[in-house]
Amino acid sequence: MNKEDYQKVVEDKSPNSPIIKNCFNAFWVGGLICAIGQILFEFFKYRGLEEKLCYTSVSMSLIFLSAFLTALNVFNRIGKFAGAGSLIPITGFANSIVSPAMEYKSEGYVMGVGSKMFTVAGPVLVYGISASIIVGLIYMLFNTQSITLI
Amino acid sequence: MKKVGKQSYTLTNPVNITSTASIVGPKEKAGPLYKYFDQTLEDEFWGENSWEKAESKIIKETVNMAISKSGIASSDIDFCFAGDLLNQCISSSFGLRETNIPFFGVFGACSTFVESSILASIAIDGGFATNVVCASSSHFCSAEKQFRFPLELGNQRTPTSQWTVTGSGSMVLTSSGTGPFITTFTPGKIVDMGIKDANNMGAAMAGAAEDTIVTHFKDLGRDETYYDAIFTGDLGYVGKDLLLDLVKGDGYNIKNIYNDCGVLIFDKDAQDTHAGGSGCGCIASVFSGYIYKMLQEQKLKKVLLVATGALMNSTSMQQGESIPGIAHAISIEI
Repeated sequence: MNKEDYQKVVEDKSPNSPIIKNCFNAFWVGGLICAIGQILFEFFKYRGLEEKLCYTSVSMSLIFLSAFLTALNVFNRIGKFAGAGSLIPITGFANSIVSPAMEYKSEGYVMGVGSKMFTVAGPVLVYGISASIIVGLIYMLFNTQSITLI
Repeated sequence: MKKVGKQSYTLTNPVNITSTASIVGPKEKAGPLYKYFDQTLEDEFWGENSWEKAESKIIKETVNMAISKSGIASSDIDFCFAGDLLNQCISSSFGLRETNIPFFGVFGACSTFVESSILASIAIDGGFATNVVCASSSHFCSAEKQFRFPLELGNQRTPTSQWTVTGSGSMVLTSSGTGPFITTFTPGKIVDMGIKDANNMGAAMAGAAEDTIVTHFKDLGRDETYYDAIFTGDLGYVGKDLLLDLVKGDGYNIKNIYNDCGVLIFDKDAQDTHAGGSGCGCIASVFSGYIYKMLQEQKLKKVLLVATGALMNSTSMQQGESIPGIAHAISIEI
């Protein structure tokens, strides 16, 4: 059998990911995480925190929760169930930094934890920051009407 | 030893499998073959502080167990052929550094166990050795760390991905004894089917398994009626299905006698292992635990053991290379 024919047979025989189920779970868990964020926001605001600080506090709280659940071997189970739902919010970013840090602790704190911590999150940082610079430049060049974003 | 046909060999003095040993991890313990293994572990660390050390300990204890079961003094073992999946085969070399047995590190990915036993058979039948020990190991956590993502990362596995077995199998081969015997072998060629998906190893290796099995049949003038059972390791569910079709296309129907060690070791639905088990430790522990006992009890009399390996590493995957496969076969008869 030639390679092209074989590729077709393989695609035929290989089970596909359950996309509809995955999307549904991602949708409601992702929504739930955002709702938790909103509840935290309202709570901080109610307790008298300045609105700008409320945003930061929500991020910090979610990062803490995600890191804590990663360490307890719980987040990977949520991630397995929810996929993009727990990966896309800031919780996924925290998990992607904490999990390699735990994994590579056996190689020491410098070359293990220190250098391998960003193996998963590294590309997100590089291209995330690059994209924000490009958007920033476009904003600067074309913002003739002096609109401020915040 | 005599060459038959294109690439198969019959042994002048069949090599005796004196003893086998197997140690597996907790997930394998929860699987359907649990009662066949010599020892099962409660956790993945086994008292060590890293997975790599745990894997070394597993292969070390498995080899020691096989030697002590054989009743042969370890100073009388001429060679050790062993390998694993970790870079530069550190599990085997670290685990076996205190054995004082002349050591050959072997890499054939998941085909290592049978590759080692072919090399051992050549050494014994050629008169270069009397007693040889073979072993291979793998560990789910150390393999995930090297080939995939950190364990705690919240990602999803694809349905075609396989679950690396935590475990090791070892056997002591001798020039004389009461069997079971290795009687013939067919070393495999590298076969690249152009598969690039590292999460579909079964598909990448099925072509190599087909090539070796069909060549073995043709060289020795045999077909599916000669064997009681044919076992591959580890094509998993997807590869098993593909192999059946490929071999059928060549005019052989092995369906009734064929199974795969990656399919046997886990309960796919209850244990959520997707396409089945994989890793050097899979066929090694399933053969040393389950198949060897079936042979001893004469429930199986003629077995073809085909170990398949995906010859890739994480760099080749990132560079977009396809995955070459290999399959080595030995026939074992009582």
